[in-house]
Amino acid sequence: MEKRVLFRSRWLPWALIAPQLLIVAVFFFWPALQALMQSLQQQDAFGGSVSWVGLDNFRALFNDETYLNSFKITIEFSVLVTVLGLAIAMALAIFADRIVKGAAFYKTVLILPYAVAPVVTGVLFSFMFSNSFGVVTFWLHRMGIEWNHLINANDAMALVVMAAVWKQISYNFLFFLAGLQSIPKSLIEAAAIDGAGPLRRFWNIQLPLLSPTTFFLLVINMVYAFFDTFAIIDAVTQGGPGKDTATLVYRVYFDGFRGMDFGSAAAQSVVLMAIVIALTVIQFRWVEKKVHY
Amino acid sequence: MIERRPGLTALSHGVMILGVLAIAFPLYLAFVASTHLPGEIMQVPMPLTPGSHFWDSYGAALAGRGHVGGGGSVSRMIWVSLVITLIITFGKISISLLSAFAVVYFRFPLRSLCFWAIFITLMLPVEVRIGPTYEVVARLGMVNSFAGLSIPLIASATATFLFRQFFLTIPDELVEAARVDGAGPMRFFFDILLPMSVTSIAALFVIQFIYGWNQYLWPLIIATSEEMYPVVVGIKAMIGSEVAVDWNVVMATAVLAMLPPAAVVLLMQKWFVKGLVDTEK
Amino acid sequence: MAALSLRNIIKRYGHGPKANQVIHGVSAEVLDHEFVVIVGPSGCGKSTLLRMVAGLEEVSAGEIRIGDRLVNDLEPAERDIAMVFQNYALYPHMSVFDNMAYGLKIAGVSKAEIKVRVDKAAAILELGHLLARKPRELSGGQRQRVAMGRAIVRQPRVFLFDEPLSNLDAKLRAQTRLEIQKLHRELGITSLFVTHDQVEAMTLAERIIVMNGGVMDQFATPEEVYSRPATTFVASFMGSPPMNLLKQAPGVRPGMILGIRPEHLQLDNGGWSVQVEQVEMLGAERLVYGRIGEEALIMRLDESQAPPVVGDTVMIAARPDKLHWFDAGSGKRNV
Repeated sequence: MEKRVLFRSRWLPWALIAPQLLIVAVFFFWPALQALMQSLQQQDAFGGSVSWVGLDNFRALFNDETYLNSFKITIEFSVLVTVLGLAIAMALAIFADRIVKGAAFYKTVLILPYAVAPVVTGVLFSFMFSNSFGVVTFWLHRMGIEWNHLINANDAMALVVMAAVWKQISYNFLFFLAGLQSIPKSLIEAAAIDGAGPLRRFWNIQLPLLSPTTFFLLVINMVYAFFDTFAIIDAVTQGGPGKDTATLVYRVYFDGFRGMDFGSAAAQSVVLMAIVIALTVIQFRWVEKKVHY
Repeated sequence: MIERRPGLTALSHGVMILGVLAIAFPLYLAFVASTHLPGEIMQVPMPLTPGSHFWDSYGAALAGRGHVGGGGSVSRMIWVSLVITLIITFGKISISLLSAFAVVYFRFPLRSLCFWAIFITLMLPVEVRIGPTYEVVARLGMVNSFAGLSIPLIASATATFLFRQFFLTIPDELVEAARVDGAGPMRFFFDILLPMSVTSIAALFVIQFIYGWNQYLWPLIIATSEEMYPVVVGIKAMIGSEVAVDWNVVMATAVLAMLPPAAVVLLMQKWFVKGLVDTEK
Repeated sequence: MAALSLRNIIKRYGHGPKANQVIHGVSAEVLDHEFVVIVGPSGCGKSTLLRMVAGLEEVSAGEIRIGDRLVNDLEPAERDIAMVFQNYALYPHMSVFDNMAYGLKIAGVSKAEIKVRVDKAAAILELGHLLARKPRELSGGQRQRVAMGRAIVRQPRVFLFDEPLSNLDAKLRAQTRLEIQKLHRELGITSLFVTHDQVEAMTLAERIIVMNGGVMDQFATPEEVYSRPATTFVASFMGSPPMNLLKQAPGVRPGMILGIRPEHLQLDNGGWSVQVEQVEMLGAERLVYGRIGEEALIMRLDESQAPPVVGDTVMIAARPDKLHWFDAGSGKRNV
């Protein structure tokens, strides 16, 4: 953080940093503290009084089967989205790296999903897979595959996973492509002279050298799947059928704003906070170490 | 490098085309659907080529006509989205520039603490603290207002972090030369630092624009009346719980909702890609 | 009145018992219009000294006066100085013209006056045709000239140069050196020039400050520094190849060091016995590297003298009028 050359002023740095500190204090720290406090409280049904219940909310949470199920769902969802998102994006990046003609066109189209709002993605996929008139549903039925995401939990999960992966491919693709293009050409050339064909070069050189990018994207994708996918789920399944696609984030919203159970929602928020912090710490410690040579 | 493998090149193009098709398909479909009548869409399977009812759908969407679950006129929604997004984008960029400048170029007590305080916000996206943040906003009387929709989202620190990293790469000698030339800190900031940061600012503009435009959960909670819905919230409300919805209107809305961010991404593609990759690293 | 006066300058980093003192009381009076070079190896404190004069580093103790004004607490812009940096420090997004004009713009000089001054400086430095270009479109030498132009337009009391030639290749360095000399002849501004290259020091300076580990070993004209070095450090630093410093050769008094320059040695049967290890043929001269006892010795012969053969033992004597004696303990010259 040290720069040798600094400006001298007593009050100016404070004035400069004040706007951000103010907003952060009001809209971040204050609510975060509230969340912590509320998680230890219970509000009565009419919102009249609050009582301190210590860790009761947390105990209730972890004894609740549906909540634990949410964990399972969230992990399942995250793993699927991450693995599929990374694999497909990497494949696309590798082939994109090889071609010269039309590269700009391919790249432009592949970036587009980044601009599409998650909720719009959800709406689009709802539309395509709609039971009554969805085009894709029609083709699936034609091929003899039964599809009903409103009833079948697996179909519902598949749908949200597809939507989430579709959206995330752009981001992953950009990073993989950048990672590939930062590998010095001389390494590839040396390998070619050594007699390695494209497949071997990919396996022995490009893939290993891409590992920092891969690890980095792994964490980013997990965080994305955990938190940024609320909109997609709300648009496609609303957490259903039942609670079968209700990830942890979705539950916080549902329990807090629909179910009006603020104590539980607060406790869930605290749990989520802990998870994010853990993930971010992992990213900064572990991934950063691998990325910087 | 000369390597003649036409088969592999063909495969590469094949894969890319497949990828492009898979990616573009939902978008293409949306556009096609927006140019047909509701009846045409509902018949299974719907036509895969554009129809001739372009203006019907878009007109209905923009004016708020059409049989949809809720939301009001799309033109109002787009306006709301635009205002919120621009507040968020410009707000974030300005305060982050100032904060990063303070943290890098000055030494003041509690500097580390301030920096870490801002840094921590990276760790908690708004989804995790929606309940209490809503209460704070309610207490401040900002519910269902442009301010309430945008200001709480300016809190996070990605931009500050990026600018800080960038400022650290500016050679010390430039600052010294400016001091010798008689430039005070704010002069240095406006005359030298800002012009040199243009690429970073451009990249961040794209990223924050998309971020702001695509915000869903927060506006969902804060906007209590339809006229304060950004377009992304509105479109979900449209498909609401009603089964018989005018899908052509919905798709037209989807296309309209995608246009501004897509335009921003395409126009600033070069900076954006560079900035995105550099930021996160 | 001296143009620039340094009185007992001390620089410390940190406070209290753990403080690291890097400059130990340097005093020097630079005359009006004088070109002074501060020379020394890396880490000797020369840049730190310059930056203290510029106002970019705090002075821990001592006084710096420019003209008659005490400037210790003044900002760089208030000291009436201009500086040329090693890495040019040009504002990358501004044109050459704007780079040179920036300081004047801040000082509130009128646009007309700015144009006059910039054009004049550009003419002197032959930058007239480059005024609209951006720094990245210029070569290293051109950029350095722009950096000098930026300094000239301020019409300062003192010019400060921080190793400005170090980033240039050898040919460009020689060329720019000549330009700096020409500039000084034309403008006559008091200059303080920092370098680690003793050739630059010898050719550019009217007087040289030789810095060694935060101490000023000598402040004198180039001839004086060369022919009467004040310490063994100055003796071995200035001049290439360096002066021979002998402790154990026959004839060297105990507790003393004998200094003799390579060009002041000659083949002489009454002298020392030297084992020849290497001979370098450099066209106009030859360098003979030998060993006298345990110590190394370098001798210079001109082209008219036949060089000895490697492995031979030759007799070499020093010209008696060119001997330098130094105290072995302090390294200081023994008059």
